[in-house]
Amino acid sequence: MKELKLMKGNEAIAEAAIRAGADAYFGYPITPQSEILEYLMAEKPWEQTGMVVLQAESEVAAINMVYAAAACGKRTLTSSSSPGISLKMEGISYIAGSELPCVIVNVVRGGPGLGTIQPSQSDYFQATKGGGHGDYRMLVLAPASVQEMCDFVPLGFELAFKYRNPVMILTDGVIGQMMEKVELFEPQARLTQEEIIKNTPWATTGRTPDRERNIITSLYLDPYVQEKHVCDLRDKYIRMEAEDVRFEEIATEDAEYILVAFGSSARICQKSIDMARAKGIKVGLLRPITLFPFPSERISELADQVKGFLVVEMNLGQMVEDVRLAVNGKNKVEYFGRFGGVIPNPDEVLTALIQKIIGG
Amino acid sequence: MLTREDIIKEENLVYKRTSLLTPKALSYCPGCGHGTVHRLIMEVVEEMGIQAETIGIAPVGCSVLAYEFLEVDMQQAAHGRAPAVATGVKRVMPEKYVFTYQGDGDLAAIGTAETIHACNRGENISIFFVNNGIYGMTGGQMAPTTLPGMKASTCPYGRDVKMMGNPLKITELVAQLPGVRYVTRQAVHTPSAVRKAKKAIRIAFENQKLDKGLSFVEFVSNCNSGWKMTPVQSNVWMEENMFPFYPLGDIKLPVE
Repeated sequence: MKELKLMKGNEAIAEAAIRAGADAYFGYPITPQSEILEYLMAEKPWEQTGMVVLQAESEVAAINMVYAAAACGKRTLTSSSSPGISLKMEGISYIAGSELPCVIVNVVRGGPGLGTIQPSQSDYFQATKGGGHGDYRMLVLAPASVQEMCDFVPLGFELAFKYRNPVMILTDGVIGQMMEKVELFEPQARLTQEEIIKNTPWATTGRTPDRERNIITSLYLDPYVQEKHVCDLRDKYIRMEAEDVRFEEIATEDAEYILVAFGSSARICQKSIDMARAKGIKVGLLRPITLFPFPSERISELADQVKGFLVVEMNLGQMVEDVRLAVNGKNKVEYFGRFGGVIPNPDEVLTALIQKIIGG
Repeated sequence: MLTREDIIKEENLVYKRTSLLTPKALSYCPGCGHGTVHRLIMEVVEEMGIQAETIGIAPVGCSVLAYEFLEVDMQQAAHGRAPAVATGVKRVMPEKYVFTYQGDGDLAAIGTAETIHACNRGENISIFFVNNGIYGMTGGQMAPTTLPGMKASTCPYGRDVKMMGNPLKITELVAQLPGVRYVTRQAVHTPSAVRKAKKAIRIAFENQKLDKGLSFVEFVSNCNSGWKMTPVQSNVWMEENMFPFYPLGDIKLPVE
């Protein structure tokens, strides 16, 4: 039987973590995502599934607890919002360098600095280009509904363990705070310690006589060894691009113009498409679901078929750079955005499309 | 005349390498106390028969490569974060013995928040803290525990407390916290100090069976390279200068 519930996006993340058999959540309060920790503390999953929930003394401590639990082969997640994610970046770099699986939720707010608590997509670069120090990538999922907030938690764990890599769910205050109907998936049991030892033989589960010691580190003092390590990481990112690009297309079959938008911007663009089509303008939407790996191939294909792209983002124009790289000069690519916590309305998007692409 | 072969015999063996130290040569300077502390921790793990149940956390600093020498599963932590990492391990595997191995820069400067909050939460872990009053790995810079007037590469005229602040007695500080069960300050510069230090390590591990709070063992140690002395000179200097400021002995004992 389907279990339907009206939930906030942040609550859906928390409920999905329990149902996905997560072993641990470590967090620190920050608006607009504190409901995740609050929901978990109220639900007390340690009494039902044995899931650990802990409020750390800082984002820095929380991400290092994630590092540790992930290094034990446990399904571990954390969440924060932009200023807190900046603090976590040290730990995320270590997690990427040590090849540990985990899920990190960023409910983005406007910045830079302390910025605003209102929604934004201004952490796109930070999420998709690494964010912390060193050559690495996170796999980045961008939900556009409360349903996807729920579904991307188990998907995030699946991808994190597939690649031994951190997965970020990049969302914002719109999706995090709004309430929608969610179809909850059947709860999955947490893995037993025996299953963890079998599935993740690299984990620090205790050095038993039947194996060598397991060491979790990102330190390779010999530059040739470090170079080899970075090459191995690169191969993993190439594999992600081959196997795990995800995107959604709406009304692109006959489209002459394409809006490219992710997350809450994509929701707004759907309305703009309806308004445009009512005026006889054939507009479609390409919504990247994975921001890394990016759907460059599909955008390049569309560039051969349409008359132009408008990239709509709640930032100063970040994803537009990836769209331009994908189009590679074959077609017109323009940007429209609002930022600093301001949400664009569908009229503004349509006007920008007409002025910058159709009329331009 | 006795030959080499006559001497190297099982019946003549009075002392041997602990089986839980890897065969790799230690990366520490000759005369440094780190190797002795490494050995003592592994002797205790061996004697308690808890190798398969022990997870160690290595820091950043001279002992960044501790995991190369200790024959247990280990995680390398970012600078100062070892107590948070140990918390993560212990929370998801509470049946394991979890220890951090940290230097003074790691534990008492960049990791002060992680140290104090892991202690205050009463995490059921053991913290082993080697205090030599200097940043050894990076070439002898001033540490949070550098003594007033003591020279280091970033205080070449001696630590001026007016400008650079006071040395931090973090061990006395964490002893104030209700989550901490056992706090002691030891050294490893003489055979009798080594025996006492080993007992303290044993107590710190045994405490994890009780789950009644964190155990914190400081080892005041030398850094002959960083202090620019011979090993013997550095041990004398340590006794004359470090011990009056960081007195050895138990600071907090369990109250049942």
